[in-house]
Amino acid sequence: MITGMKKPCLSDIRFLKTKVFLALLALAVIFGAITFPGFDQAGVMAAEQGAADQEVAADAAATATYAPAPKLTAADYPSIAGINSRVVVWIFAQLHLWFAAFVLAVPIFVFIIEVIGMKTRDKRYDDMAYEFIKVSITGYSLTAILGGGLAFSLILFYPHLFTYLSTIFSESMFYYALLFFAESAVLYIYYYGWHWLQGGFKKWVHLSLGLTLNAVGTTLMLLANAWLTFMMSPAGVDAAGVFSGDAWAAIHNFLWNPINIHRFVANIAYGGSIVGAYAAFKFLTANTPQLRAHYDWMGYNANFIAICALLPLPFAGYYLAAEIYAYSQQMGITLMGGIFAWLFIIQAVLIGTLFLSANYYLWCGMGRSDGAGRYTKYIKYIAIVLVAAFLVWFTPHTLVLTNEELKALGGPHHKILGPLGIMPAKNTAVNIMILFTALSFMFYRRANKVATVSWVNAGNAIQVALFTAGIANILLLGIYHGYFTNTVYKVAASIPQVLTTLIVIVGSITLDSFIYKGATEVGPLKWGRIPERAQYALFLLAVSFTWLMGLMGYIRSGIRQHWHVVDIMRDASPDAFTPTLGYAANVVSVAAILFMAMVMFVFWIAQVSGQKTLPTGYWKE
Amino acid sequence: MKIPKLLQAVLVLAFVYFGFIVVFDYILDAVIPSSLLAMYMFFVAAGVFMVFTYDEEGTRELVAPVKAMVEDPSKRLWRNVVFVILPLAVGGGTYMKMLPNFEAPLELRTIHPAPPSTAKIYGKRVNFLKLENPYRKIEKEDPEAFRELVNEGAAVYIENCQYCHGDKLDGNGPYAAGLNPTPLNFQDVGTIAQLQESYLFWRITTGGPGLPKEAAPWISSMPVWQDFLKEDEVWKVILFLYDYTGHRPRSWEHE
Repeated sequence: MITGMKKPCLSDIRFLKTKVFLALLALAVIFGAITFPGFDQAGVMAAEQGAADQEVAADAAATATYAPAPKLTAADYPSIAGINSRVVVWIFAQLHLWFAAFVLAVPIFVFIIEVIGMKTRDKRYDDMAYEFIKVSITGYSLTAILGGGLAFSLILFYPHLFTYLSTIFSESMFYYALLFFAESAVLYIYYYGWHWLQGGFKKWVHLSLGLTLNAVGTTLMLLANAWLTFMMSPAGVDAAGVFSGDAWAAIHNFLWNPINIHRFVANIAYGGSIVGAYAAFKFLTANTPQLRAHYDWMGYNANFIAICALLPLPFAGYYLAAEIYAYSQQMGITLMGGIFAWLFIIQAVLIGTLFLSANYYLWCGMGRSDGAGRYTKYIKYIAIVLVAAFLVWFTPHTLVLTNEELKALGGPHHKILGPLGIMPAKNTAVNIMILFTALSFMFYRRANKVATVSWVNAGNAIQVALFTAGIANILLLGIYHGYFTNTVYKVAASIPQVLTTLIVIVGSITLDSFIYKGATEVGPLKWGRIPERAQYALFLLAVSFTWLMGLMGYIRSGIRQHWHVVDIMRDASPDAFTPTLGYAANVVSVAAILFMAMVMFVFWIAQVSGQKTLPTGYWKE
Repeated sequence: MKIPKLLQAVLVLAFVYFGFIVVFDYILDAVIPSSLLAMYMFFVAAGVFMVFTYDEEGTRELVAPVKAMVEDPSKRLWRNVVFVILPLAVGGGTYMKMLPNFEAPLELRTIHPAPPSTAKIYGKRVNFLKLENPYRKIEKEDPEAFRELVNEGAAVYIENCQYCHGDKLDGNGPYAAGLNPTPLNFQDVGTIAQLQESYLFWRITTGGPGLPKEAAPWISSMPVWQDFLKEDEVWKVILFLYDYTGHRPRSWEHE
């Protein structure tokens, strides 16, 4: 439903006040206006000694010196009313991150959709972009509230860690707070000014605001990423944790950029999946064919966004994992071969589920066209390849064997399945899955078109050759370099594999655009003619993404094990142990359910804002 | 005669299920673990469901027999039989699954426990991030001398390690059957081929007792070899392990 321009309502103003309050409080904490018991302010600067020794104070003023990372005991962690501090921080952090990922991603593709709308002069795009940003606006308020909750719980339960980090990142925390104000201001002008800034120069102003919003939002993410990656791969400090004073060195630590890239891509995929779930929700509750058609179209676009970002995501993830391994063998092994290995199997299952859901949605969507019958006969073959690749993708390296199976195999090693458990097999499988997902998309696009160019058969033959050569190259790279060369080539082989996949996808889609230039349409696409179960595939996409992010986020944080800051600041709290996989999965699942409940609230609020009641006889005439 | 879709789906699933068993258990002689087969079949079933239900016509055909069984008055007898047998089968299956037995519980063993960043070995503090095999550089500088070192490593291995890890380094030595978990198979591409030499040095020198406390309990009967072997002997054994299996240690440099 397209809503008209509306004035800020009371709830919006309350949310705005909440954010202003939180931001002021964050500033106050950073500047030391509020003191907490046992909370060392601003890093034990040498200037404190200055009163005793004027000369030292003068030196200290010139080059500030910093204290080493504190060595803590269990007594340094406040215990409040028997609350499990780790779980509180964990859940706040996770909820904040989910919402932050969503509200940072939505403006990125909203901006792109708005540009498409302006370029094509098709108002449907502009309306869809507005509806997407409307969904994210309540999410933004929740992000701020949960971010405040995270900051408070860190200060309350882990005061020394917060002090240490704020000593090193005091400048970036200050800029973070300022940027938060900027983000809020730009977002509100962008959203509330949507219908005001329409047409001609005003549209350009609005687009510029969208670009600014994305620039500020991305910078916010980069700053926050620096804090968490510092905890994994500290830089700008010596072995004792003494800060050198070079804030950029601390920010630009070893894992900063790998995380930045991974999060940026993942956020877009995640944002796409959440607005896809919103479209599915609206589709299922729509009571007119027009609304069903509108939300079907919206769901298709959201799924398209999610798939586009999902395709490069495994590579970004692999790059991050390889960099973690390169930084620390210990963290790398803990991550991939050690105690978290089985969570990676769950991750593989969820990623496979994402691919299957996305493909299923495309196959169901072919029903919108009367010409789909020419391509649906290939679906079963695509499904066979996808499922086969998926089985390889999640085959574990460590098999769960009964004693009988152990005896039959003569040990835990499986000569066939064992080699499928390591990364070369996974990389090969995921590249194949990506290629066949792209093939589903191409068939979907072709379903309603009839090519008119004379060289259509030759074009199709080239595409078949491209796919065949690509798959052969991916298999060759995966098998030869993965199993018959040393690890440096094994890891490096993933790059030509990715490039092969990208070349095949870009090449065949480009060729397709030439083949179908001036093509005739079988008939008008029948938006809304899609089975309802396809909408559940969109829900599954959003839920799988959420759970996946929670589990992988736990792993990323958990590989630090008993360290707050790896090798520099030890975690001495009673919770400084790695929980069992079941316990961790339960915490993440509870957080995911909380998040989903909040998302349903966001969807409901977005729906309520478009409804009007005429209270007949209530007001004085 | 056209086979009903529901029967087609069941036949596909049965074919895949028995196909896995026949191929793995009989043709390849490498039994497929039941836990993995269950996971495989779950997603094969998901794939079959997707293929049979992506359009309305297929879905209608698929569910038609089930719908008819529930709704068609002429199928009353058939319905009653299914409604009795189905819960009994589920109940029976659950009962059998929950019956106490004397099988040892399944254990999820991690192949590679994570090493500490530093450890005290041979009386000195060793940083595993920087530790390298001192003999590795000789491989290119002096291949003959390197071959001699590998042979010395082989002698150490045969004297000390083959009883458990086997004379073919496949984890199948004379004592292997008495150990649970069985010793590591170095021929497997998922073991030493994935690791840096410093990792092997850590596991050999500190053995089972050196495994990290953070993720205890680890199970390993690996002796603490720093109590029995000299440092250079350990490095030579590592050379031999890679040389014999044909694997290369994990590294970050091109050769």
